[in-house]
Amino acid sequence: MNLLKNHTFLEKNSIVLLLAIIVTVLIGGIIEIIPLFRKDTVIEPVEGVRPYTPLELAGYNIYIREGCYNCHSQQIRPLRDEVARYGHYSLAAESMYDHPFQWGSKRTGPDLARVGGKYSDAWHVAHLKEPTDVVPESIMPSYEFLIKRGARLHDLQKHLKAQKAVGVPYTEDMIEMAVKDATAQASGEGRTDVSGLQERYGENVNARDFDGQPAMISEMDALIAYLQVLGTMVDFESAKGITVDGQEGEAE
Amino acid sequence: MMSDDKKKDIDELSGVETTGHEWDGLKELNNPLPRWWVWVWVATIIWSLWYFVVYPAWPVPGGATEGSSGYTQFKELEESQAEIHARQAEYLGRFEQASFDEIMQDPALYEFAMAGGKAMFKDNCATCHGTGAEGGEGYPNLNDDDWLWGGTINDIYTTLEHGIRVAGNYDTRVSQMPAFGKEGTLSREQINEVVHYVMSLSEGHADTAGKGYQIFQDNCATCHGPDGKGDRDVGAPNLTDAIWLYGGEHEDIYYTVYNSRAGMMPAWKGRLDENTIRQLAVYVHELGGGEEMQAEEAPAEAEPDVVIEDISYETEVPADSEGEPAEDVKEQEDEH
Repeated sequence: MNLLKNHTFLEKNSIVLLLAIIVTVLIGGIIEIIPLFRKDTVIEPVEGVRPYTPLELAGYNIYIREGCYNCHSQQIRPLRDEVARYGHYSLAAESMYDHPFQWGSKRTGPDLARVGGKYSDAWHVAHLKEPTDVVPESIMPSYEFLIKRGARLHDLQKHLKAQKAVGVPYTEDMIEMAVKDATAQASGEGRTDVSGLQERYGENVNARDFDGQPAMISEMDALIAYLQVLGTMVDFESAKGITVDGQEGEAE
Repeated sequence: MMSDDKKKDIDELSGVETTGHEWDGLKELNNPLPRWWVWVWVATIIWSLWYFVVYPAWPVPGGATEGSSGYTQFKELEESQAEIHARQAEYLGRFEQASFDEIMQDPALYEFAMAGGKAMFKDNCATCHGTGAEGGEGYPNLNDDDWLWGGTINDIYTTLEHGIRVAGNYDTRVSQMPAFGKEGTLSREQINEVVHYVMSLSEGHADTAGKGYQIFQDNCATCHGPDGKGDRDVGAPNLTDAIWLYGGEHEDIYYTVYNSRAGMMPAWKGRLDENTIRQLAVYVHELGGGEEMQAEEAPAEAEPDVVIEDISYETEVPADSEGEPAEDVKEQEDEH
């Protein structure tokens, strides 16, 4: 323990102390930072994950603005009970276009990683308006104002550009048509031409009047469009190399 | 530094060496770190090295170190699921092969279906249909005898698998009531008349003398039937009972006729596995309103692997399980 007794040497030679501090911080930094440069190696090669449509991105922004992540996680952990309740555990690939990611860690409400398609649009509207109307035991606050507020569409192009700058593969075409795509998605087939939207974001994109209020593209439309796509992009049955053993904990 | 060691300054009171620093007579004692602390510190360093070797830890070219133990969370999940599968295998093997008819006759399989169905109902169905399956505005009560699309196990199974009005699902149950007011088919006055008639229907004294009767026969009877008893092939509700999905007041029915209604239920095939959907079909059927399968209905409705040979199971259900659905409802309501 001679070293412990000789700490006076370090304490009285500031240059040596500085060098020792730099070495210590470097070790910590390297351990924590280097893995981040290699995160591509842990993103599973699954198909189907696409960037959010402009309307979904607007909904994602509302999700962040309203602090939904304070009570809802979007991360199904590889635990038996969570897989049984919510479905296949979340893959890194599924949130690779989230900037910032919405994994969350506070699980006051249910996990939302696979909420897409689990409930009808009408249910989401009723639930967001007054959660206790459909889930009597809920402690979630009302978000009724969302249906009265127009969705923020005018600067969507800039949002897409910003996402592109941090690595989301939006094409020039997607950025150019952002507002039109958002309008088309909230109107749906029959009321507008959605072929351009489908061409850019795939055949499976949900395009309809989400909030039951066709006269206006509300924040409710945007948020429900976002919620309805969560966890639905990857087709696990056809994904290779990904084990879907017992999706519900009691399957084959 | 050696010079420091030579002129050691010992504190008189404690007998401990000081650092030689002094502030207005106060001196700093130069106590060493407590030994237990030092040893814990050394132990954590050793532990971290051990962890680094045994568990996946560090990115290397072509991936990451795998760790000598080969541990991953995914493997751990598989193992813990395998444990459950092994426990379920006793039932699952038979459950998979059994027709609904056989399940209803086999007490063990019946219990298995009810237990699994009950758990999955709470996770997936209760959000809309209520924890006691009591329903709500727009979400049918599953305890009663009123069914929009049919109440046999096979009907329920089909509804669960493909949902109702699911976009992009070719097997889903689809129908669309016209919006008589919005589309201009009927005037407001005519809608009021037909609403009066429909209300009289549900109250049990059909007012065939009024104008509403003829409007109903011309516009509504195609789906709801001339007698207003509905048609399950198109999910047209029976209007002669007092059960209303969207409210039975004049204004509610007016809204329905004017704007139409089109409730949507998600499809569960793919989201839930086959056995879970079958468990749920049995559970929902047993909630109280389940109907017997009709022999002639079987070929059209049944899945290829479900062969209905015997429709007499209603009387064969184990006596001790008959009261169970009701108890479930009660128990769930007590929880809140």
